[in-house]
Amino acid sequence: MSEGLYSMEAKDFDKTLDFTKIKPYGDTMNDGKVQLSFTLPVPCGAEAVEAAKQLLRKMGLENPSVVYYKELTPGFTFFNCYGSCSHTVDYSTIYVPKVESTTMDMYETDKYIKENIGRNIVIVGASTGTDAHTVGIDAIMNMKGYAGHYGLERYDMIDAYNLGSQVPNEEFIAKGVELHADALIISQTVTQKDVHIQNLTNFIELMEAEGLRDKMICCCGGARITHELAKELGFDAGFGMNTYADDVASFVVQEMVKRGMK
Amino acid sequence: MQKSKLGLDFEKVEYARGLAKNIAQDVQTFVEQYTTVAVERTLCRLMGIDGVDDNQVPLPNVVVDALKDKGVLGEGALFFIANAMLQTGLNPQQIAEKVSTGEIDITKVVTRDAEQIAHVLQPVIDESMSRIRTRRARREHYLETIGEGPKPYLYIIVATGNIYEDVVQAQAGARQGADVIAVIRTTGQSLLDYVPYGATTEGFGGTFATQENFRIMRKALDEVGEEQGRYIRLCNYCSGLCMPEIAIMGAFEGLDVMLNDALYGILFRDINMQRTLIDQYMSRIINGFAGVIINTGEDNYLTTADAVEAAHTVLASDLINEQLALMAGLREEQMGLGHAFEMDPMLENGFLLELAQAQMTREIFPKATLKYMPPTKFMTGNIFRGHIQDALFNMIGIWTHQGIQLLGMPTEAIHTPFMSDRYLSIENAKYIFNNMKSIGEEMQFVEGGICRTRAKEVVDNTIKLLEDINKEGLFTALEKGIFGDVKRPKNGGKGLAGVTMKGENYLNPFVELMKGKR
Repeated sequence: MSEGLYSMEAKDFDKTLDFTKIKPYGDTMNDGKVQLSFTLPVPCGAEAVEAAKQLLRKMGLENPSVVYYKELTPGFTFFNCYGSCSHTVDYSTIYVPKVESTTMDMYETDKYIKENIGRNIVIVGASTGTDAHTVGIDAIMNMKGYAGHYGLERYDMIDAYNLGSQVPNEEFIAKGVELHADALIISQTVTQKDVHIQNLTNFIELMEAEGLRDKMICCCGGARITHELAKELGFDAGFGMNTYADDVASFVVQEMVKRGMK
Repeated sequence: MQKSKLGLDFEKVEYARGLAKNIAQDVQTFVEQYTTVAVERTLCRLMGIDGVDDNQVPLPNVVVDALKDKGVLGEGALFFIANAMLQTGLNPQQIAEKVSTGEIDITKVVTRDAEQIAHVLQPVIDESMSRIRTRRARREHYLETIGEGPKPYLYIIVATGNIYEDVVQAQAGARQGADVIAVIRTTGQSLLDYVPYGATTEGFGGTFATQENFRIMRKALDEVGEEQGRYIRLCNYCSGLCMPEIAIMGAFEGLDVMLNDALYGILFRDINMQRTLIDQYMSRIINGFAGVIINTGEDNYLTTADAVEAAHTVLASDLINEQLALMAGLREEQMGLGHAFEMDPMLENGFLLELAQAQMTREIFPKATLKYMPPTKFMTGNIFRGHIQDALFNMIGIWTHQGIQLLGMPTEAIHTPFMSDRYLSIENAKYIFNNMKSIGEEMQFVEGGICRTRAKEVVDNTIKLLEDINKEGLFTALEKGIFGDVKRPKNGGKGLAGVTMKGENYLNPFVELMKGKR
């Protein structure tokens, strides 16, 4: 199916990098190359390939090419495809809200707490709602941490309580009050049908109903969570992919100082 | 004595097994004195009680709750049902219906002597036993006629939330080469103290385990199995607060594989340890009798604890799970003891350490249908590297002759598998299993090398751990957080209120029947 290793396509487009008109990069600036795979609910055959190509064109992909296809089960065909994206985006004007704190390592954070707060702070975490996964909360809280970043339990100046998974929000909040938490952190792993959004919304509603929302810092995290989403749901911060205990701890302590929580 | 490719000292292994046996015996002595609401509901189901009341409460719950409310659960459901049968002449289902409408109070019927009770129960018991035997024979017949795929069995999951959509996915997976289809349960089901009723089309991250859903999927797999000329096994989850109930539903509907760990619910679902240990016993008796392969959940320890540091906790738990399973009458071949490929992929020679552990597990449990779990903790969303991690995992699976290979998906940590993810994973496994088929017979482990040293180290650490657990007992060990870094109090967690000591009239003839007549 391949027509050789070397691209013989004409490259008569403008090859100048322009941040107001960004498009994907394959091996030449502005070639727009995109690879994608998907399944169509149609039987395998020439019509299926044509359907895939038409779909690619509708997605704005020029020169669509189906490089591999296979019927997964009667009536369903899988495709690997390439195309050149005709759309561009203006990178120069993009604004994405981010957690505005300086990330410190464990030792710096402990020092920061000693100097600026002067007592141990309390962070209570859990995977709340029906979510049974502890992997996220463990990565942030367990002594050992994750990928070389120590977890909150290891911090001298943080009393960290990991309540595990499937903790109802009500119970989680009650435990936070009992332990005099300065911050509550929630991990969400299962995101199918947006169950995490319902659960996180429910948490914030409960905090507000109890009059606790301003008394504690609330953060959420998980692979599908962004800071922007977290803010939208009423959290103080959200921690997504490639964030670790350092990021969470740094944010919490700086936010406490900013709010004058002592 | 078996010869070890890894130079394992089998005397040490037998010593470890002896320790595990002591630990399990201690648990067993405790377990036999108690029953639970879930065990009693299971007995109701074995009496043929099924269906729900007007509020969708399952009738086994209605009957058992009635006994619990009166404080007489310890006498057992069978005692009251039998007496009610003798007094009213009705069958158990009719009695349950009348309990639900409040027409009778089965705790108030005249009690008869043991002989009369045994006599009235006998035909109902025979019917249930025969129903399970028929199911088992049906599987055996399929295995003799259309046969099965070679080991390691390819195990995939479906998790759409809708049983009818699951059927489409499962049949597609079977056509691509899967041998075992697991229908992932909806998140949270393990904490329900009842089993929902009927076919279901809504779930989060999975589909409700119900008897009707079992039936629908069994039928679909039989269809595709006949079409493909290969028996397709069905797997579900005998865990949570309804362990034995799920077991009996599976036994009635022809499930082949059940996740059925003695400790998993305690550690990862915060279910009370007394409750789970009592429930696992009855559930495993049923699974043993029904010819079901159980899978244990040691792999989960490594999602919380470190896979290099905590390898010995996996082996220790496998040994304890093995002993508890033997006590419930499960044959070794029915034990899908669990372990996993969960080391940090950036670890130098990590592959060799994984290989050593998988080979070690194979040699220590030579007859078991070992369940080998794919990488999950270090799957990052980089589907391309993930596919390679899964390939390394598959190499070890074929190399060390694992029993059930839970196929890793490149999209692990992103979403529940797409139809195409399963195709890519099955293709990956089949390619490697065929291309490297006999590597285990060809390769040897160097004397004093990394693999032999690693296996020895894990066995030594396992012995130390088992000696400690043996000294203080499993309950205390769990309180101290020995497995998966998770600490659980003996009287904490969910479901303790459903545990009760057996009274003097208590009876459960199924224990002996199922353990004795397999």
